[in-house]
Amino acid sequence: MTTAHAPAPSRAPITRRRRPFTWRRTGAWILVGIAVAVSILPFYWVIRTALSTNGSLATNASNLLPADFNLGAFKRVFGLQTAEEALAEGGSGAQINFWIYLRNSVIFASATTAGAVFFSAMAAYAFARLRWRGRNVVFSLFLATMMVPPIFTALPNFLLIKNMGLLNTMLGMVLPCIFMTPFAIFFLRQFFLNMSREVEEAAMLDGAKHLRIFFQIIMPNASAPIATLALLTFIGQWNEYFWPLLVGQDESLRVLTVGLGVFKSQSPQGAPDWSGLMAATLISALPVLILFMIFGKKIVNSIGFSGIK
Amino acid sequence: MTTLNKNPLATGRQFTPASGKRRGQSDVKIALFFIAPAMIGFTLFYLVPTLRGIYLSFTEYSILGDPEWIGTANYQAIATDPLFWNALAVTSQYVLINIVLQTALALGLAILMHRVAKSTLIRGALLLPYLMANVIAALLWFWLLDYQIGIVNYFIDAFGFPKVAFFGSAEWAIPTQALINTWRHMGYTALLIFAGLQSIPSHLYEVANLDGASPMQTFWRITMPLLRPVLALVLIVTVIGSFQVFDTVAVTTQGGPVNASRVLQFYIYQKAFTESDFGYGSALAVILFAILAIVAFIQMKFLKGNDSDLD
Repeated sequence: MTTAHAPAPSRAPITRRRRPFTWRRTGAWILVGIAVAVSILPFYWVIRTALSTNGSLATNASNLLPADFNLGAFKRVFGLQTAEEALAEGGSGAQINFWIYLRNSVIFASATTAGAVFFSAMAAYAFARLRWRGRNVVFSLFLATMMVPPIFTALPNFLLIKNMGLLNTMLGMVLPCIFMTPFAIFFLRQFFLNMSREVEEAAMLDGAKHLRIFFQIIMPNASAPIATLALLTFIGQWNEYFWPLLVGQDESLRVLTVGLGVFKSQSPQGAPDWSGLMAATLISALPVLILFMIFGKKIVNSIGFSGIK
Repeated sequence: MTTLNKNPLATGRQFTPASGKRRGQSDVKIALFFIAPAMIGFTLFYLVPTLRGIYLSFTEYSILGDPEWIGTANYQAIATDPLFWNALAVTSQYVLINIVLQTALALGLAILMHRVAKSTLIRGALLLPYLMANVIAALLWFWLLDYQIGIVNYFIDAFGFPKVAFFGSAEWAIPTQALINTWRHMGYTALLIFAGLQSIPSHLYEVANLDGASPMQTFWRITMPLLRPVLALVLIVTVIGSFQVFDTVAVTTQGGPVNASRVLQFYIYQKAFTESDFGYGSALAVILFAILAIVAFIQMKFLKGNDSDLD
């Protein structure tokens, strides 16, 4: 922009910006383009279908624009249509309310994320900065739990929650994952170990206790990785299906994933309510999509770390 | 401040007035405080359930009443249970398709990205499916692949091929589930491999170039060996993740048609929660656990994922 009035640009920037055309490079770009299209276009088709009238989908199978543009699907999913209206537009007529599911998902994902990240940070501090007997043994035990498949612990955990009388309560859904995740502890411990100790030591000289060091030095200095971790944990919990399916079947406790499954199974056989289903899918995907638009770079850059330490 | 820390051993221990004892002892109380919540979670929801799961696998336990010790009867029953062997076969097929397809596609994509497209925007776009819930991916493709009016079958039909019952036919049920999973993970896996490619020093390629190595030689002699730790990790993550397929099956085919997509975890779920046979379900879960442990061990051993050739 600032160079708009400059004389003809010198050759260097041009050659730097554009490499010579070759078929191989073009071919590579086309393949990458196909991969991007395959990743993204299905979402367009979801939006297009959600905005269509269900009855018109069959006759406009390949029309790129919504078939008979109509917001009825969203009304249906949010329980704003009467049973007759819903039936007329191809719905099942069963009462469905995604507001409740949305609310439950927000509570479930936020509570587990806040708890797991905070308590894991505390544990990571104990593993990275404090000296106590058995520290390495306990840490290896924690790490080993990453190897245990979730279904294996899900059965006994279900029995435990049931015996505690917490089936179909938010507390029962949240409890098993609110105290820690092995990955969070591993991730934060690694980061704390790499943090410089100088400030902490200076504070220690001033007589600061570990609690103050943790809250006033460690947490603020580690806010970036903690935010990344919270983001990844939140998305993971938002997408969780198996555990909420076991414990939160009640209409009033369903999270979005469970609600989607129920909505799909209620959809009329033979002629499913595709626009309704896609509207519900879109609503379930939207919060993650928004997070991704805001924090995309953070998420993308975290992949290298979580993969290869 | 910094001048005080000339001595690398100055970890603050000299200045704690506590006692003449080693610092290791003086930290115990505060460490207990910091680790307590995680310890509660670990004990209650990881450690005890793991032991209890193993115990339950030796019992007969419907959710009413108490577990009754029956020794290895569950395992003996599993050995002759055709549905278990079917589940194992079907799951293995799913895992196999995922390994081959996902790793090959992701490796190709990572190399292409490494060559031409390093922008965060493209990486972000490729990552998008991975951030979606399995349930969402399942429903999305359930619609796209619908036999009657799905867009994919529309194009298959338009090109003159017979339509494919992706979810409704026995031979396609598992490949379809595997394709959905591949779609969801391809970009993520590619990014992992891409990060591995970035860490290969470029001077190695320059030297190879000077020595007149062909691109194929460079790929097999330099790229692949140096990528081995990343590839080992990717393979382990893929295999362990795919063995636990559940969400997409539960939402779309429910194990059908007949038993074509009754994968292991779905079978466990049905045994434990539909038929209330927790003992049998736990025994199946132990077997799944054992399979995963063996697979991870073999892969670690043979791919030597722990050490890099770069050092």
